[in-house]
Amino acid sequence: MSIVEFSWINSVVGGAVIGLSVVLMMASLGKVTGISGILSNLLKPASAQGWHWAFILGLLFSGILVNTFFSPITIQVQSETPLLIVAGLLVGFGSRLANGCTSGHGVCGVARFSVRSIVATAVFMSAGMLTVYLVH
Amino acid sequence: MKKIVAAFVLGSLFGLGLIQSEMVNPARVLGFLDVSRQWDPTLAFVMAAALLITALGYRVVLSNDKPWFEAGFSVPTNRVIDARLIVGAALFGMGWGVAGLCPGPALVGVATLNTDIAVFVLAMIAGMIAFDYIAPRLKS
Repeated sequence: MSIVEFSWINSVVGGAVIGLSVVLMMASLGKVTGISGILSNLLKPASAQGWHWAFILGLLFSGILVNTFFSPITIQVQSETPLLIVAGLLVGFGSRLANGCTSGHGVCGVARFSVRSIVATAVFMSAGMLTVYLVH
Repeated sequence: MKKIVAAFVLGSLFGLGLIQSEMVNPARVLGFLDVSRQWDPTLAFVMAAALLITALGYRVVLSNDKPWFEAGFSVPTNRVIDARLIVGAALFGMGWGVAGLCPGPALVGVATLNTDIAVFVLAMIAGMIAFDYIAPRLKS
């Protein structure tokens, strides 16, 4: 896969913006920003709240905004369709079973020094690296 | 209403961060998870920056009595490390390692009308629904 060189500025700025969003979510709504959790709540009518919809729409909106008015977002998918389906099922099911994902556990949980999240993050990082090693 | 606006703005901000850091590009994520070839440290730097801001920010914010628009904070209290957590994280990691996609970046990517991303997102939703169906049958 050919890719533009690593840009530490883009990485750090992007990460800081993510962090800012997460901190402001706690400051304003008192909630952690676990995207798998927010999305899964929308799949159950009883637990879907307005802010869940608004947040997800915000995610979609950011993509539309940048892609349409700034520059096309580079997305280099590396997998064939059948594997995308398998991957999606695993990510969806796994995030629910673990009650979190890269944002919920990886950012919010680890930032709170939650041992549960630290463990989850270590496990999914390892699993991800092992999987790439075996599959790609 | 304030909550809805706040959530929308914060979702947009989060998405902008994902786009800026290129976490929406599976190739970038897979480059980080690929330890045997040319390692791409992007995700590490993104995560480090996000963690630093969040750790410091949470300390400040959580020292307040309450959030701005809610009666109290909803910080997760579950501390249990069990098979569910480990297996769930492992399955999640496997899926992440196959596609280089996870919920947030995939949802942002949907906006580009990329059909591969759409397939992933639909499968991810199916996986979540499957869990909700199976969960009551799982031993806790």
